[in-house]
Amino acid sequence: MSIEAAGITKRFGNFVALNGVDLSVADGRLTALLGPSGGGKSTLLRIIGGLDQPDAGTVHINGRDTTALPAQHRNVGFVFQHYAAFKHLSVYRNVAFGLEIRKRPKDEIRRRVSELLELVHLEQFADRLPGQLSGGQRQRMALARALAVEPSVLLLDEPFGALDAQVRKELRSWLRRLHDDMHVTTVFVTHDQEEALEVADEIVVINHGRVEQVGSPADVYDRPANDFVMTFLGPVTQLCGRLVRPHDLEVFTSDTADAVPATVSRLQRVGFEVRAEMIAGDEQPWAQLTRGQAEALGLQPGSKVWLRALE
Amino acid sequence: MASGRNATVLRSIAVVYVALLVFVPLVVVTSETLGAGWSVFWSAVSNEQAVTAFRLTIETAAAAVAVNAVFGTGVALLLTRSRFPGRRLLSALVDLPISVSPIVAGLALILVYGPVDGWLGPYLHGAGIDIIFALPGMVLATAFVSLPLLLREVVPVLAEEGVDQEQAARVLGANGWQRFVRITVPTIRPALLYGIVLTLARSIGEFGAIRVVSGNVSGAGQTQTVPLLAVERLERFQPGAYQLAFILMITSMLTILVVFFRRESLAGA
Repeated sequence: MSIEAAGITKRFGNFVALNGVDLSVADGRLTALLGPSGGGKSTLLRIIGGLDQPDAGTVHINGRDTTALPAQHRNVGFVFQHYAAFKHLSVYRNVAFGLEIRKRPKDEIRRRVSELLELVHLEQFADRLPGQLSGGQRQRMALARALAVEPSVLLLDEPFGALDAQVRKELRSWLRRLHDDMHVTTVFVTHDQEEALEVADEIVVINHGRVEQVGSPADVYDRPANDFVMTFLGPVTQLCGRLVRPHDLEVFTSDTADAVPATVSRLQRVGFEVRAEMIAGDEQPWAQLTRGQAEALGLQPGSKVWLRALE
Repeated sequence: MASGRNATVLRSIAVVYVALLVFVPLVVVTSETLGAGWSVFWSAVSNEQAVTAFRLTIETAAAAVAVNAVFGTGVALLLTRSRFPGRRLLSALVDLPISVSPIVAGLALILVYGPVDGWLGPYLHGAGIDIIFALPGMVLATAFVSLPLLLREVVPVLAEEGVDQEQAARVLGANGWQRFVRITVPTIRPALLYGIVLTLARSIGEFGAIRVVSGNVSGAGQTQTVPLLAVERLERFQPGAYQLAFILMITSMLTILVVFFRRESLAGA
């Protein structure tokens, strides 16, 4: 295990940010800490990085107890949501910072920084100041800066949170490809379930200072441990008192075994999908269908249908 | 247009106000100085008392600037980077020199360091250290009255920049001193420079607090700085008061102008 956090508890005044959290991250994996804001995931990341001290619990990085080790001696890479670019230093000097602190020879620094700038596609921006870069470029610079010192683990705190949707999507898949090339053990914090599902090898769902579930993206999506995880990871609707995914609702136009009768109340087209809102007794489930499915069923507001949840 | 006329009226009021308050006195002092002629000017600034006053003013101002640059930066860091009981009180206290009369500041220093019946003064005097009626007291008084000028420039910058950059440097392996030198100082450098210049301009012109703690001694063991000497000459109807005032004025204007143009060129870059 690259990172072992055990029994981590952290309070801020009366607020319990983390309550006895255990976390294991295997070597070379890309793990997402996923959960709503204020759930404790950023605090956990900062404790692993040494920027916050836990009130109780231990942190081991590559088998070494780092609980009391100051952040500057942990050799971790940390990327902040708001880039934390060194504004007075050029892109080159930003990336070189950790190596200069470690007093590496000049030509080694030059070689390593050029490699990294190439890796993050910023080689032609080496002499710019961070203020002259876009948000996405700044965050790539921050990533190169963190990777320059060959960290034992890479920690990213909402790395794409301050970027607009388009850039966020690009950087997401770029991070995934980068990780496949470098294999540095990576933990990233996000409140965006789509981001976690798309990028991570493993997802740790954190809420109210506790770990709700740990598993592969498919695991946590298809087999959520509880209603919170189910609700947080994707759209849900209710049928016969149970939570189901709207795309797991089968719609029939004739009575079918185990299906319950319902009436279509509204049809809404969103791009390629059709949201069919229905009334079934005192419940109002909705189903996510493709346009083709909705047309084949001949759905209209007022249509009588039968609903069944896919197992 | 009504709003256009209003704007013109407002602009005229502002111009007249600034002219009466700032420009007219400047012109008067300048014309008094230049009208008296070069030989009067030269004798006003070159006699022994004036030369000593210049030396004392420069020494006092330089020392006060040095003290405030170091301790002011320290206090600014303390106020923005740590949480401790009494932080808000300290934050309010450092603005005190602006609201308190410099005379009061000077009297307080005499109460503490006065050589005869101050709290610490007699012991220090016994050990051969004189604070009051000597340069150290003048430096303390000047540093006290000018401290808020530096803090008011540096604290907002530190507060706005936050700790992100320092934390990033820390994770990259930088120790406390390296973070201070490589990150904090470059971040506050423009604000610190401006604060230093304001402190310098204020220190050169300081009158009230210095008047109290220096004792305004002339002759042997002179503690009289340029502003004190200018007032003495004015009160005794001696020549040379306007000439000293002119030099004080030009020095302050030059320091402010240098920083102003530096700021402009930085903003343009």
